[in-house]
Amino acid sequence: MGLYKSKYTAKPLPPVDLPELRVVGKPLRRVDALAKAVGKTVYAGDFSMPGMLYAKVFRSTVPSARIKRLDVSKARALPGVACVLTAEDLPDGKLVTDIPGQTGQKVRKGSLTSVLARDRVRFVGEPIALVAAETLEIAEKALEMIEIEYEELPGVFDPLEAMKPGAPIVYEPDNIVARWKIRKGDVHAGMAEADLIIENTYRVPFVEHAYLEPEAGVAWVDERGVINIRVSTQVVEHFRSIAKAVGVPQNKIRTIGTMVGGGFGGKEDITVEIFLALLAKHTQRPVKLVYTREESMMSQSKRHPFIITHRTGVKRNGRIVAAEIDLVADSGAYPYLSPYVLLYAVVMATGPYRIPNVRVDGVAVATNNPFTSAFRGFGGPQAAFAYEQQMDAIAEALGMDPMEVRRINYLRTGDTNATGQVIESAAWLEETATRALEALGEKEPDRGSVKIGRGVASYFQSYGRITWLHDTSRAWVGVELDGTVVVRSGVPDLGAGQVNSLAQITAEVLGVPLDQVTVYSTDSALTPLAGTSTATRQLYMSGNAVYQAASAVRKVLLDRASKHFEEDPKDLDMAEGRIFVKHNPEQSISLAEMAQICAAEGLPLSNLALFRAPFTDPLDPENLQGRVFPDFTFGAQAVEVAVDTETGEITLLKSVACHDIGRAINRAAVEGQIEGGSSQGLGYALLEEYVMEEGIPKTVTLSEYLIPTSMDFPPTKAIVLESGSGKGPFGAKGIGEPSLTPAAAAVANAVADAIGVRIHELPITPEKVLEALKRIK
Amino acid sequence: METKVVTLHINGRTHQIALPPNRTLLQTLRDLGYTDVKNGCEKGDCGACAVLLNGKPVNSCLVLAWQADGAEIVTNGGLGDQAHPHVIQEAFADAGAIQCGYCTPGMIVSTKALLDRNPHPTDEEIREAISGNLCRCTGYVKIVEAIKLAAERMAAAKEGR
Ligand code: FES
Ligand code: FES
Repeated sequence: MGLYKSKYTAKPLPPVDLPELRVVGKPLRRVDALAKAVGKTVYAGDFSMPGMLYAKVFRSTVPSARIKRLDVSKARALPGVACVLTAEDLPDGKLVTDIPGQTGQKVRKGSLTSVLARDRVRFVGEPIALVAAETLEIAEKALEMIEIEYEELPGVFDPLEAMKPGAPIVYEPDNIVARWKIRKGDVHAGMAEADLIIENTYRVPFVEHAYLEPEAGVAWVDERGVINIRVSTQVVEHFRSIAKAVGVPQNKIRTIGTMVGGGFGGKEDITVEIFLALLAKHTQRPVKLVYTREESMMSQSKRHPFIITHRTGVKRNGRIVAAEIDLVADSGAYPYLSPYVLLYAVVMATGPYRIPNVRVDGVAVATNNPFTSAFRGFGGPQAAFAYEQQMDAIAEALGMDPMEVRRINYLRTGDTNATGQVIESAAWLEETATRALEALGEKEPDRGSVKIGRGVASYFQSYGRITWLHDTSRAWVGVELDGTVVVRSGVPDLGAGQVNSLAQITAEVLGVPLDQVTVYSTDSALTPLAGTSTATRQLYMSGNAVYQAASAVRKVLLDRASKHFEEDPKDLDMAEGRIFVKHNPEQSISLAEMAQICAAEGLPLSNLALFRAPFTDPLDPENLQGRVFPDFTFGAQAVEVAVDTETGEITLLKSVACHDIGRAINRAAVEGQIEGGSSQGLGYALLEEYVMEEGIPKTVTLSEYLIPTSMDFPPTKAIVLESGSGKGPFGAKGIGEPSLTPAAAAVANAVADAIGVRIHELPITPEKVLEALKRIK
Repeated sequence: METKVVTLHINGRTHQIALPPNRTLLQTLRDLGYTDVKNGCEKGDCGACAVLLNGKPVNSCLVLAWQADGAEIVTNGGLGDQAHPHVIQEAFADAGAIQCGYCTPGMIVSTKALLDRNPHPTDEEIREAISGNLCRCTGYVKIVEAIKLAAERMAAAKEGR
């Protein structure tokens, strides 16, 4: 088909003025790297305590049933079993599942789930009973001795079926978990004006996070009566929901986070915490719970399958005049974060394009499938898979170059998106897409039955939480009397370098080498609460909080130094652990000496800062007109593929991702996010599908659920642009989630470019290629 | 269950412990405190539990402790520590090859085995050597770079450069 030209040339970047910094942006070894390299880092499952019990969870093996009989007496009687708990033992064991880490939010219909199923199970893997025993072997034996009888009930496994009248109701009153709508302009008038209307339906499957570290934790009750939970989590603020579910005051639960062995949204919801807290409370002994890989896959959330239909009205000149988009998401057996994932998908549904007339209708539907919730991209990748293929379908229908159609319609700074939010930061869409395409170089020629194609996908993706969630982050920065620096921030580190970024920002502001900064993090009792490590928010939120706190300490030091040197504070600077006079750097004093002077005079050498994101009122869910997010990251990915039209085999030949990340705090960490996000996105495109059959999961090991290995894809080349226009510290934007978003759409476009027929469903497998080729023969 | 006293030489230390026949080497190592050996699946699918058994890389979850009786075992933690890291460990840290770090001990063990038998591997050979080690964070790009960096540094050290 050859929609794409064989070569593109990037247009020059607009001029930006980025001041040179001393620590930020420098290629420094991350503060957490060496400990991990030598295996010193203690993950949640590595921790043990004297007298510790081992826990296991008894789970449902059927997707929809009434529990007729549950008998744990034999398990309880087994020697070495310390405790068996069922719903009977926790009358208040309810868990709010749809707003993690927040206070004062409205509870959504159906979002209360039982921590342990009482009389009804709704998915395979639903927890029913807990066991704690002296050894893991005894706990496993006890599980086998639990007797259960089910009365199987009809289930519903397809969201479209679940919306039909008469479908089995997963939980009352109906299967509609959430709806969001966008109404902008006049979509009927817009469609009437269009020369051409293009309609397509796109589908994406369940996807598993497959972090290498299964869920794990240890809990114990301390001498204060506080239940401590040392756990791998993205959200230490869950201590509030845990307290409620366990029935203790909020100040009697402490969550101590560990280095998270991969999260990607899968450790955003509560995992082992409540089970551990209940068992520790009942036994008054330390308890450890580590999921097996199968249990991790079967019991935790998945990325939402979506069915997305686009109807786009375009003019012959390539201008989009109207868009109608319908989205249906499978929410699984409980709401968890579905209402919010759906909201993100709805807001991003149009893509980064200026469209005057828009109707979007999104619905999340309950089924007896595994519950779906946060997964890196949070609705963005599903939306992008649809809107970016739609852009190429439009280009094809108009006989235009796909980049030309995009260029005509791209959002620019100052434009409004579909919800009417003004784009405030740089929107380097053309800049990123043309650079990614250009870096692919010359296109390889076809080789017989092997056809070569290339494709691009642009995207926009929010960073920071929904502005009506009133997001805040706190951070504490202090200088010690020897000039070393301490940071305290509740931020959980998922391996993306969250802690290291805070250290680099602090080192920059206080003019100390990176190794002079020690960061304490992710403890709900002892570190100021920084909010969740989700929503690509930590650099923006906690980066700004740390910047504020460090700047306040810097001001105290420079004010005092200004007296010392009899110079204006603005003529002073800090670097390499010294405060010096800018026009005469010889005139200087060590940070240690200045800290001692300040301490002797009672000046504050520490600061606790609170950063608030912009706060807005909730929008009307019937039209969603207004601000939803603090800001957006923009970028693109381009790939070249070879498709064998005889076997259907797809080989990724080249991949380039170009993102404007505002400002790199640590360049290697930024590249790492882009390379890793791309790999997950390419897996989404070509390999990954969590297969469900009538509510029974079929891919619960890493040999059945395939994630990319080192042999599957060539490296994605990362092109990092810095507009300096972001709302994070030093003009940074966020890259954690955006890095995944465009990959699958780029691959789908490249496959269509190669074989001349479009595949509307992920993953793009050889079978689907052959199927598609049959259609055109 | 019957138990047997098994002798394991781990990172230069000798342990003698009574173990049942079904206990895996992975469980045994972790119970003995070698928690740098990670459990990612217990099925041989992920490589997080890789150790050197008499110099050969194995997934310790697939080896029974009884089978390792008398063997020399080296875990990633046995290669170096923070004060004296192994060249490979240092290269992983320097190249930005570590994100969450959960796959790292297994990756480094596979790298050690590769560079022991092939000090100048090509990219293809590197990718092949770590193909049994899953990483969900990095896309393997900087891991491959780290292994090349380690090979260069080891070669340079050998030539006394
Ligand atoms: S834990 Fe041994 S291969 Fe995964
Ligand atoms: S760094 Fe996280 S799995 Fe490899």
